[in-house]
Amino acid sequence: MSDKKHTHTHQLQQASRETRHEWYGKTITLASVVGIIILVVAIIYFIGQRGLAAFTTDHVKVTDFLFSADWNPLDGKQYVGAAAMIVTSFLVMILATLLAVPFALALGIFMTEFTKKRLTKYLQIMIELLAGIPSVVYGFLGVTIIVPAIRTIFGGAGFGILAGILVLFVMVLPTITSLTIDALKGVPAQYRQASLALGATWWQTTSKVILRAATPGILTAIIFGMARAFGEALAVQMVIGNAVLMPHNLISPAATLTSQLTSQLGNTVNGTLANNALWSLALFLLLMSLAFNLVVRIIGKRKG
Amino acid sequence: MRGKLKFIIGILLAITVLTGCSRKTDKVTIVGSSAMQLLAEQAGNDYRLQHKGVNITVQGGGSGTGLSQVQERAVAIGTSDIFAEQKKGINAAQLQDHKIAVIGITPIANKEVGVKNITRTNLQKIFTGKITNWKQVGGHDLPITVINRSKGSGTRTSFESVILPGLVPIKAQEQDSNGAVKKIVASTPGAISYIAFPYAEGNAVQKLAIDGIAPTNTNVKQNKWKLWSYEHMYTQKHPQARTQAFINYMQGTHVQRDLIPKLGYISVHDMEYERDAQGNDKLVRKGGKQDVG
Repeated sequence: MSDKKHTHTHQLQQASRETRHEWYGKTITLASVVGIIILVVAIIYFIGQRGLAAFTTDHVKVTDFLFSADWNPLDGKQYVGAAAMIVTSFLVMILATLLAVPFALALGIFMTEFTKKRLTKYLQIMIELLAGIPSVVYGFLGVTIIVPAIRTIFGGAGFGILAGILVLFVMVLPTITSLTIDALKGVPAQYRQASLALGATWWQTTSKVILRAATPGILTAIIFGMARAFGEALAVQMVIGNAVLMPHNLISPAATLTSQLTSQLGNTVNGTLANNALWSLALFLLLMSLAFNLVVRIIGKRKG
Repeated sequence: MRGKLKFIIGILLAITVLTGCSRKTDKVTIVGSSAMQLLAEQAGNDYRLQHKGVNITVQGGGSGTGLSQVQERAVAIGTSDIFAEQKKGINAAQLQDHKIAVIGITPIANKEVGVKNITRTNLQKIFTGKITNWKQVGGHDLPITVINRSKGSGTRTSFESVILPGLVPIKAQEQDSNGAVKKIVASTPGAISYIAFPYAEGNAVQKLAIDGIAPTNTNVKQNKWKLWSYEHMYTQKHPQARTQAFINYMQGTHVQRDLIPKLGYISVHDMEYERDAQGNDKLVRKGGKQDVG
């Protein structure tokens, strides 16, 4: 868009202020995009390269890594089995999400369908607050409240999978809830009106029409919640007990992929097998988050 | 536009200046052993008061972290309860060992277990998972909960090399520091773990004597209590002047004679025995009263 107000010839021959601004703007945004792309590619390349070193340089068998539960990489390549951590990570992720979904759905439905705007606003603030609390605070609460409670009720030390699940439950709840609310709000008002006009009750409308229409959005919310649970390190490490053991009951101590990474990374020396094995865990986490993203994509496409 | 550009340049300049500044202060970063943290922090505080402008930062993380960080030149001093030779992946020839103090390690149990003395064999059986109830070692009918330090811990390495040489310990839950272990053993019925002497003071947990020998500093000095380790400060072969100055301070009279005994550690000068990286003990000087053979 050129400025037609300029009258002097020499000004007309040059690019106008607005043209220059546009050029600046385009350059800055393009540069940022290129920067981000380079960054992402570099991260994937770096983690990929370091994560594969255990298999290429140290000749750890991929099948051992995935299916053996013998984890003690300081002692040699036959002890690089991540199965116990992989199972624990999935277990806490699935159970925490399963626990959180009913609450998130109920909250979402209540806030979008059954209550006044004012209360919704307050609830929204509360949920955002929950989402914004740093994970170390959740971990701290877990150690001070949940762990002793488990110790009193079930015996043992209290540190273990159940404590991890309960802490993660509180942490994924706001994620799933707020995305569920967005999904429910995204259902066109006509659906609601049409259903009510046909004589359906509010509950019938909600359960048969709104929830049905919002399903892809809700599934996306659940996947994001799962991704958060899978990736959380600090809070889990504080309460799970950090013993690389195949979980045999809910109060036994265990370790997730992330908790093992945070507790051991400083202890290993760059370039050794023990260090490479940790990078392999990081690579596994990266691949999992790519998988989560892919699933969200697929669900998003079906929506259309 | 020009205003904004100036603003951005200003911010960049500010960042450069600020980071430049932090490099200028005399900062000595110490990372590693949590058993040594108490001593390093206290000595660091005293040192800071006497030497204006020198900043001593002390962090935990475990002996393994201390060794790997100093080897990678990420920190000036890596503290460790174990010899660099005992740690895989560490090139001990590249590092300079400064032995600062000696620390005793004692098994501890929850107060309710009803055991105050234990044989070395039974201790082995507990930590290898063969004994699982306190009544098997003369205590109350209470299941044993083993609490370990995490893999990089020097306390754990020392404990396992003295008590469980060549044995495979059971996998148990792990805690990051001496402090955390103490708290958990104090509050968990049937819990057993091991901890550095200075942390075991007070009434929170039950110290366990081994084969009738009590975990005291006197017994450590005479090597009757074998469960001890050096507190090392590792630096590069040729540390910076300010790092060397702090090491000298740690080995000097004030720290060795006053601070170390006050905090429950043992000065290297008070030891009657020396231990090398392979775990061999050698008598070097006899104490005044005791006849050590």
